[in-house]
Parts: sequence; structure tokens; C-alpha cells
Amino acid sequence: MSATETLRPDSPAQILRVTGLQKHFPVRGGILGRQKARVQAVDGVSFAVEEGETLGIVGESGCGKSTTARLLVGLIDRDRGDVRFDGRTLGKDLTLRDLRRGMQMVFQDSYASLNPRLTIEESIAFGARIQGLSDPVGRARDLMDRVGLDPARFAQRYPHEVSGGQRQRINIARALAMSPKIVVLDEAVSALDKSVEAQVLNLLADLRAEFGLTYIFISHDLNVVRYISDRILVMYLGEVVELAPVDLIWSRQAHPYTRSLFSAMPSMDPDNRTEEPPLTGDPPNPINPPSGCRFHTRCKFAEAVCARDVPVMRDISGGQGHLAACHLHDTASGHSRAGEEGLT
Amino acid sequence: MAVAQTDVAEIPVQKSGGYWSGVARRLSRDPVTLGCAAILVALIGSAAFAPWLGLADPYTGSMVARLNPIGSEGHILGTDEQGRDMLARLIYGGRLTLFIGLVPVILAFFIGSFLGITAGYVGGLLNTIIMRTVDVFFAFPSVLLAIAISGALGAGIVNSLVSLTIVFIPPITRVAEAVTSGVRSLDYIDAARATGASALTVIRVHVIGNVLSPIFVYATSLTSVCMILAAGLSFLGIGVRPPEPEWGLMLNTLRSAIYVDPWLAALPGVMIFVTSLCLNLLSDGVRSAMNVRD
Repeated sequence: MSATETLRPDSPAQILRVTGLQKHFPVRGGILGRQKARVQAVDGVSFAVEEGETLGIVGESGCGKSTTARLLVGLIDRDRGDVRFDGRTLGKDLTLRDLRRGMQMVFQDSYASLNPRLTIEESIAFGARIQGLSDPVGRARDLMDRVGLDPARFAQRYPHEVSGGQRQRINIARALAMSPKIVVLDEAVSALDKSVEAQVLNLLADLRAEFGLTYIFISHDLNVVRYISDRILVMYLGEVVELAPVDLIWSRQAHPYTRSLFSAMPSMDPDNRTEEPPLTGDPPNPINPPSGCRFHTRCKFAEAVCARDVPVMRDISGGQGHLAACHLHDTASGHSRAGEEGLT
Repeated sequence: MAVAQTDVAEIPVQKSGGYWSGVARRLSRDPVTLGCAAILVALIGSAAFAPWLGLADPYTGSMVARLNPIGSEGHILGTDEQGRDMLARLIYGGRLTLFIGLVPVILAFFIGSFLGITAGYVGGLLNTIIMRTVDVFFAFPSVLLAIAISGALGAGIVNSLVSLTIVFIPPITRVAEAVTSGVRSLDYIDAARATGASALTVIRVHVIGNVLSPIFVYATSLTSVCMILAAGLSFLGIGVRPPEPEWGLMLNTLRSAIYVDPWLAALPGVMIFVTSLCLNLLSDGVRSAMNVRD
């Protein structure tokens, strides 16, 4: 997929601009451990995030959401691609250390993401201490208070002594202790009970307003993403297939994959059950992804052109920022039903 | 709404007792472990304070009092084949035996933990180099390896210590590597790396505390093996030399007396057996007491 089509023009409001991000994991085998194949976990992902915005990233398991998150924070090294944060490019005029100060991450597993041998206060203060910020312990206590945990009761406790929701609040406080501009939330509420999830989501929304944060919110739960996000980015097999403001994508899903994702979402209204058959089959193997459009093996509109040509991201909303990578929306693509209304 | 009136401030401040006080509490409820610890303390204490216990000289023998049976007058545990007091030799022998049993394991614990944690945390090529080198040592049975190294270096206490240390580095490295790569994959390590902390800081604050206790418990279980190996080296004549009292060596020199007085000849073996059994039971007890989530 071409990199630039996904992007709006560079503007000072963009706090993060990712271009052509790529990560292929080697699959080694045999006695000598030679590289046998490559898992194309993230392949040419581009997007930009504006300051104060929340970008939701959705997609089924194994589509590269979490890998993208880890690449952004620099926990795994990217093969290719540019990460521009706050006007500076990583590896050129931006060091990984500075990037990490400005961009923090909250993980899904609230227990595994806290050191069992450190007290809550120590866990939160660690990052501030590393970055040499003033009064790490005071900061930790303020933030505990801010995320709704009384420091007097919780500061000296260990992670196994608090509940899952409280642990996720601790993880959020830990991320905020570095005063980051962007927080990457990788399935941060997915493991929580529904009621606790709602509390944590509200907390996240409050914190965003209070600290002027920018979120990259990764989830498989569309309703949660809709609640918190301004724009939604849909990934399939390591590629971006659709990117749009929440309202636009909610009323019209341009890519057949996005459409099936949305139709798999159960409706609250029994009379409004979806008639559309859900997406069948497992996603193809990312070691050897399908040619052309990677979705063509499961797409009901697939034609010869889909297996041949890679679709590019193009604006389908006349400048409102709704982009999709599908031959159906490109009258020049050669797809027999291209441009037809009401298909998607 | 009366319930809601309860003042929040009245809820007592919850203070966690801390990790080690929990371990101590669980240990205090385990009589077997406590019993073993008591026996080991008695053994180590008597060995350490042997010169002040009013024992007979362990080096002076008597041609007329050879192989006196257990319970003879003046020699509670009898005398050995040169008429030396067995009780004194067993207690003095404990000094050397425990020393040779513990020191190589302590040295191997530090070296092996360093290698294993480095290999497990860094991974990649360094891991392959360290772990494949370690695997070479696994090709030999530990007894054979100890004998081979000691044989090459020559007899003597220092050489036994060196050879036993080399024997115990590979298993400790392997355990340390396995535990560390397990911890390395947990999110809190990623979260710590995401703060911009250096690898050394992440290891110091987040890795060591979580891997050291399993490695330590494993190393404790190796002390009994080490004692037996050290005794074996002395038994074969490539460890401690006569007339030094050492349990393995005593077992060797007394073995010809086994037809004359089997109980007497078995005494050094009993000491080795009791000590290694206690060490094993103690390390099992400590292992379960260190398990936080029970």
C-alpha cells in the first residue's frame, strides 16, 4: 500500500505522523537457525494523529494492532518507516529516550504489567525517577489520587493485593507519571468487567481533558472504540484498510472488511438483527499473505483485479477524511462493480 | 443511609507486611523445615566452634586404642583406624566438608546467575553463545567432570573448590536463563523499558528481585550434591589429603574396617546423609514459603 495516501497533509497540529511503518518477524528453523520465512506483522502502516485527538485502532486478533503499538513506543525495532513525534523524526533529531518520555503505553494484562515485588508507589514513581523528574514519590501520590486511589491506603500495597480495575488505574497513573503527550492504550480496558471498564473509560476521558492528552486506543471492541475515539483506523493483516472519523464510519463502512467487522457486532435490538452472514474462516497466514488486496480471499465482492492489484488508500468522502483501500471505490481500478452505490 | 455515614478516615491504614515477613510467617508454620534448619545450625555451629568444645585432638592417634567401638570410655563415638577420636574428627571434618560443600555453590551462584540473567535478558546471539557453551559442560556427568578437572589440576582443597565451582556453573546458568527469559517476556519489563531506563537499571530494579529467589532455592538444593561430590573427590584421593579430617576421606580410610566395626565405618556416611537430607528438605521448605500467591 502506498504510504502517503493515508495521510492528511503535514500540519503543525499533527503530534504524531507515522509513514510506511513496517515490521517483519523472521521465522527461523533448521539446525543452523536460518531464516525460513517472514511474518509480515505490520506492513506499510501510515497515519497521523493530531494533538488532543483519540485515534482508535481496530481489527481482529493477529492483524498487527499490538505490534504497531509496540513499534510506536520503540519496544521492538522497526524494519522501515518514519515516526515523527512533535515535529521531530525518530532516529534523526529525536532520540528513543525522548520519544519514550513523550509517549507512554498501558498494556492489557494489568497484573503482568506491574512488578509483583514493587509497591504501587514505587512502580508509579519508577519512570519519573528514571527521567530525572522532580519529586517522583510526590508525583506518584498525586497521580494515585487523580486516578481515584487513596495514596494513604494503596501506596504501600503490592499488585496482588488490589483488584483488576484498581491495577489498571495504577498502570494509567504509571504511564502519566512521565507527563507524556501521547498515551498508547493497548487493549487497556479489554480484560476488565463491563462496569469497571466503563469507570476506567470515563477516567481516561477525564484525564485526556485535564492533561491535554492524545490517545492511541487499540481495542477489538467497536463500541468502546466508538465511545472514546475521534477517528477509527481499521487494520487487516498488517495493513490499514480504512481510516475515518467515528461518525462517518459508523454510518457507512466503505471497506467490505470493516463492514463485516461491524456486522459481527451484536445489536441491542432483537428486531434489528443483522441479516448479513458473518465473516467466515480464519485470517490468512501473515507469513504468506494473499496477493493484491489481502482481504480478497474472504471478500464477497472479490474479482480477478483484487488478487492482482494492491488497492491504495483514497478519500471516498470528498474531503471529509474518510479513506479506504478498496477497488470498489476506484472507478479506474477495473473492478466490474466499482463506483456502484449501496454496496458498502 | 446510616451506613454511608461511616467515616472513611476510620478505615485503618492498610499496611502490607512486606514480602520477607510473609516468608518468615509461612516458614514458622513448617515444623519439618524448622527441624532441618535446627540440625544444620547445630552442625555448622559445632564445626565453627570446634576448638572451643573441649574435644580430643583430631590428629593425635594411639596405637593401642585403634577402632574402639561406639560408646567406649573416653571416646563416645569410638576411634578410627589410627586410634583418633571419632567425635572430634567428625566435628572437625564438618568444617572442611561444609566449607567445600558451600563455597563452590556460592561462587557458582554468583557466576551462574550473572551469565544466566545476561543471556536471558539480552537474548539473541549472546544467549546462543553463553547457552551453547554451557551445554558443552552438560555433555559430561557432573561426577566425571569434577574428577576430570580435579585430576587435571591436581589434588588439594583449592583445586577441589575450583573444579566443583566449574561443575555447578552450568546448571545454575541454565536455571537463571530460563527464569529470566520468562520474566523478560512480561509486560512490566516492557513498561520499564518504555520509561527509557537502561538495560542495567531494568535488570537491577525489575529482573533481579523476581528471578533471584528461584535461582537461590535451586542453588541451595545443589549444596548437598556438592558435599557428596566433594566427599567423593576426597574418597578417590584427589580432594583433601590425609591426615585432614573430612567426611569423604574418612569414609574411604575407614572402609577397610567395615568388617571389624560396620557402625563405626558408617559414621561419616551418616553425617553426609543427614546433612544433605536436611539441606534438601530446607530448600524445599524455603521454596514453598517464597511462593507469594499461596
